[in-house]
Amino acid sequence: MIPTAFEYERATSLDDAVAKLAAAGGAGKLIAGGHSLVPLMKLRLSEPTVLIDIAHIPDFAGIREVDRKIEIGAGTTHHDVATSPLLRERCPAVADAAAVIGDPQVRNRGTLGGSLAHADPAADYPAVMLAVDADLHIKGSKGWRVVAARDFVQGVFTVDLAPDEVLARVTFAPVRTAAYAKLHQQASRFAIVGVAAALEVRGGLIASARIGLTGAASSPVRLSNVEAALGGQPASSETAAAAARFGGAGIDDLNSDIHASAEYRRAMIPVFTRRALDGALARLAG
Amino acid sequence: MASPVLPKLVGQRVKRREDPRLIQGRGTYVDDVKITGMQHLAFKRSDIAHGRIRSIDTSAAEAVDGVEAVFTGAQIAEFLGPMPIGTPFPSPDHRAVASDVVRYVGEPVAVVVARDRYVARDAADAVTIEYDPLPVVVDPEQALTGQPAVLHADFPNNAAVGPLPSGTGASPKAVDDTAIDQAFAEADVVVSQRMVNHRLAPTSIEPRGVVAHYEPGKDAMTIWSSTQNPHILRTFIAALTGLGQDQVRAIAPEVGGGFGSKINIYGEEYVAAALSKRLGLPLKWVEDRSEAFLCTIHGRDILAYVDLAARRDGTVLGLKLRLVADIGAYNMLLTAAIPTLTMTMASNVYAIPAIRATLTEVFTNKTPTDAYRGAGRPEAIYFVERAMDMLARELGVDPAEVRRRNFIPSDRFPFKTQTGAVYDSGDYAKALDRALEKAGWEGLKAERDAARAEGRLVGLGLSMYVEVCGVGPSSGLPTGGWEHSQVTVERDGRVSATTGASPHGQGNETTFAQMLADQLGIPMEHVRIHHGDTGVVKQGIGTFGSRSQAVGGAALHLAGGKVKKKMAKFAAALLEAHEGDLVFENGTISVKGSPSSAKSFADVAGYAYRPVKLPEGLEPGLSEEAFFEPSNNTYPFGCHIAMLEVDRDTGEPRLLKMVAVDDAGHLINPLIVEGQIHGGLAQGIGQALIEEVAYSDDGQPLTGSFMDYAIPRASDFPRFELESTVTPTPVNPLGAKGVGEAGTIGSTPCIVSAAVDALSGFGVRHVDMMLRPERLWRVINGGQA
Repeated sequence: MIPTAFEYERATSLDDAVAKLAAAGGAGKLIAGGHSLVPLMKLRLSEPTVLIDIAHIPDFAGIREVDRKIEIGAGTTHHDVATSPLLRERCPAVADAAAVIGDPQVRNRGTLGGSLAHADPAADYPAVMLAVDADLHIKGSKGWRVVAARDFVQGVFTVDLAPDEVLARVTFAPVRTAAYAKLHQQASRFAIVGVAAALEVRGGLIASARIGLTGAASSPVRLSNVEAALGGQPASSETAAAAARFGGAGIDDLNSDIHASAEYRRAMIPVFTRRALDGALARLAG
Repeated sequence: MASPVLPKLVGQRVKRREDPRLIQGRGTYVDDVKITGMQHLAFKRSDIAHGRIRSIDTSAAEAVDGVEAVFTGAQIAEFLGPMPIGTPFPSPDHRAVASDVVRYVGEPVAVVVARDRYVARDAADAVTIEYDPLPVVVDPEQALTGQPAVLHADFPNNAAVGPLPSGTGASPKAVDDTAIDQAFAEADVVVSQRMVNHRLAPTSIEPRGVVAHYEPGKDAMTIWSSTQNPHILRTFIAALTGLGQDQVRAIAPEVGGGFGSKINIYGEEYVAAALSKRLGLPLKWVEDRSEAFLCTIHGRDILAYVDLAARRDGTVLGLKLRLVADIGAYNMLLTAAIPTLTMTMASNVYAIPAIRATLTEVFTNKTPTDAYRGAGRPEAIYFVERAMDMLARELGVDPAEVRRRNFIPSDRFPFKTQTGAVYDSGDYAKALDRALEKAGWEGLKAERDAARAEGRLVGLGLSMYVEVCGVGPSSGLPTGGWEHSQVTVERDGRVSATTGASPHGQGNETTFAQMLADQLGIPMEHVRIHHGDTGVVKQGIGTFGSRSQAVGGAALHLAGGKVKKKMAKFAAALLEAHEGDLVFENGTISVKGSPSSAKSFADVAGYAYRPVKLPEGLEPGLSEEAFFEPSNNTYPFGCHIAMLEVDRDTGEPRLLKMVAVDDAGHLINPLIVEGQIHGGLAQGIGQALIEEVAYSDDGQPLTGSFMDYAIPRASDFPRFELESTVTPTPVNPLGAKGVGEAGTIGSTPCIVSAAVDALSGFGVRHVDMMLRPERLWRVINGGQA
């Protein structure tokens, strides 16, 4: 539990963070809440030589609505996401997911950006970001660029982020009829299977659906076969039950560990898809 | 039997006086000890489970700036002998630092002495070791075939102990199976099941740590350690460093939990002491959490083949228990003795007329096991109670009733079981009745059935337990089975008392102060309890086996009585009264029936230290000590009831209700007792539901951090519903039995039984712990558990 030696620098602005990352030449790591990075450093699984602290950058944290889109600063803690009145009102599934991350200590320190950039295959946010079809706004030496959540994760702990880039914020159109359902791994509190469902319902019919899955496979994915089965169908529990059955089919890189076999994970995908769909539909009534 | 301790503070829910400093972070732990010139140790540990060390290169480590020295196992062996054990069983050579063969992941192979912890760790990483890998065995039954690996040449087939028979007709010379065979021949019903009581990690909040400070000028050693028993530590440290016990002072400062794991004296402690003496430097080593999972002893890991024979009316005729204990790679201090307690307690609360228990302990390529909260008794109770539950199901009888039919009657104590335990006192029917009433057993059954009618998977579990605590007399412990205390009334009338018990969460600073305050008639605030320092506490054994109150408290009571008696003589001289007529109350000593005669407690104390004139036959001063050795162990008991629901879709178990009725004899402080039971329940339920140490087939630990090893959270539980019955023990003057381990012993089987009950519709008779959702999901879906 003793990390290797490292330098510590505190970034004063986003540009400063980018400049410091560039100067570190690939040996730098950003730190905000530290709840993904520091455990790895303590185990010497990650040995950055420079830590650049972005937790104190002004306006790096915060949740607001701009032009009918929700914008969450990457430095926003899970606790602030979980308890945001704006999110609770406009897009409660995102708050739901934040509320079941880890434990209170993790939620008080860990940040949205940290979780997304770390890309643990069992993290909760990625499923919800897929379901709300979020855009990730990234600042680098060459300026800004935007990556869709579905394109961001490239593999286990691997994302579309260059060594001199900072994930600055996330934006998405709020979806009220959305929910997140999760089977906890008891030790880590990560998801053995986590499913986020976001529905667009018009005139009692499901106009479109986006279902994001985390925990089960090597990286978060959309359950396109479930989405297809929901499209155009009545917004009902029967529809949810029928469509959820397709969850888990066609995924060939299921995780398997002491906590859950691949077979069990596959079986749990429809269960939690159904629960997420029922949760989303319940919000329709509300 | 009435307790001789006056009920004033004793019996009250007094808040723990330890808590404010601990909660506010003002405690002093080993890691807080800092000495000028102190250097730090880091251990290079094996990352393979079994292999022969071909070469060690320490040159890169020695070159790290700030490194004082690096020692390999071979170098350490030149001045540090093999690790001692505290049991009478044969043991292989075990070195604090391996020099030849490594046998589990985490075994030390080199040690670095450096300026600070960071440098030490960097240098340890820079030690390069080449191994010739050896075959690995992690399954104990596989290990008993001697294939594919034999860990220790002198132990063919890896059998560390046994097969060791116990029970009816067993003697060291011959085993007579007539009675047990007859019991099974006469039985109408036999239930048989292989069960596993799996491996756990103790996970105390504070990991282990040691500071060893040998002062060459004094030729004396002070050693701070996060230990449960500083006097035992002193004994072994002195022996291994070639010092006399008069030359070693052992200090257990605040100890952040132990759960049995800090009874053992570990290699790191011996190495720190030996190197401090050799180098003439103060040395510190503090375990990190990764090391704690690998290198602190594990608990449990016993599997059993259980056969229970009974008549159709539920009368148990015989029990066979064939135990295989996976003790890991080496014998530690008490390792070999722990599973023997599983045999000793095989009769549980039942008058079983014939028992055959057989124990084999096995070496495997895993971390060694030793005492963990309950230590051998939870395993016994788990095996027997699961079997009793299976019997009840087989016979279609209420699980409470099948148990009641077999209780040892309350008028048959002391009761000697077929495995040789002599139970001191008990009233098992009373505990069962209280638990059934408190839980509303019949109502719960109706509730369960109604839930099932709705398609929910709800089950009930009930368990009875008796355990062995307050270990004594000396025949039962190689250290001696007594405890020591000294009570001093200071010149100002305040009271300082020492205890050889070494509390690390048990709250004895509070309970012992309650006792002395009552005994001497003074405010509790005037009493201070000193412990955990052999330089202050003259003698002691330590805190383990739920003995601090029953044995340590009794010694304190005796010492307090002695000093009171002497003080009465001084008071009698002052008051010109007979010492037998004096009353100690409210901070005064007065002549009975004449309160106006009162002298303050402080005045009498002052007189005792400047006795002008000295009463005839008295020495000045007020400081008395006592050793107390009980005539027998104590045997607390109880009944636990759980209601649990399994999610039909996921297999997730959820505990709905937990009732625990425990009988620990007289209670000094019911609040602290409840705290002990809460913690015990959490760990017992934790074992059933979420805690398990797992290894891969090649001996790699799969639960090396809290990311994979779960421990319970408060939010995992319903509100515990507790109650006590009181059946005092006759073996000590307090009538107290001990309660530290009760919760872990009674709870585990009733949780598993509740899960089996919940899944009974799927034809399952038994499910091994831990109850992973997937395991239960497979039962629901028709697969093997």
